[in-house]
Amino acid sequence: MLSISRELHDKIVAHARADHPDEACGVIAGPEGSDRPERFIPMMNAERSPTFYRFDSMEQFQVWKEMDERDEEPVVIYHSHTATEAYPSRTDVSYASEPGAHYVLVSTRDPETAGFRSYRITGDVITEEPVEITDVE
Amino acid sequence: MAIEVRIPTILRTYTGGAKQVEGKGATLSELIDDVDASHNGLKDRLIADGTLRRFVNVYLNDEDVRFLGGLETPVKDGDTVTVLPAVAGGAVAGGAA
Repeated sequence: MLSISRELHDKIVAHARADHPDEACGVIAGPEGSDRPERFIPMMNAERSPTFYRFDSMEQFQVWKEMDERDEEPVVIYHSHTATEAYPSRTDVSYASEPGAHYVLVSTRDPETAGFRSYRITGDVITEEPVEITDVE
Repeated sequence: MAIEVRIPTILRTYTGGAKQVEGKGATLSELIDDVDASHNGLKDRLIADGTLRRFVNVYLNDEDVRFLGGLETPVKDGDTVTVLPAVAGGAVAGGAA
């Protein structure tokens, strides 16, 4: 299960809406081994494409280095699908490279309601998991 | 002295779980051969058809080797090489070539 605060959930959706019709992408870092998404890091989509995303290689290097220095890891890796449902595509599965991360997909296809779903992707296997949105006081 | 190679989580199955390994060589290509000799299989995950795989990023110190000399980039003792799988995906297969 992915447990995520309302604030981070809303930030992901807002980023996805802002970049629509291109795919938006980013990371939420958290303390290593904690499974707690805490630090919101929106990333550039180097492809600037409605159907594909890729982190800019230098930005990814800086962000991964920073996480390493802070003993953090990518707890959530998110991206949006802008014309299809929030379900991992074959492309998503073939490039998934963080077996420990929650892969969050947001669909901005519907302007009113955002689809927000989370998956584990290991090898070729997609496992959807429940999302618990927590309201922090 | 040697060259330090930082290994991403997903490739640590080749290094017995180690986050970093050491190697030697005059170029990135030689370094990868050297590291592959003790961590067999790693090279295939980095290189295909004689070039770096498209969705693997390799950095020499703070630079992406694609902007240096690719596999022929010179390396020396004391350098750090970092391997990171590109974070990528999308609704439709393909993306930019």
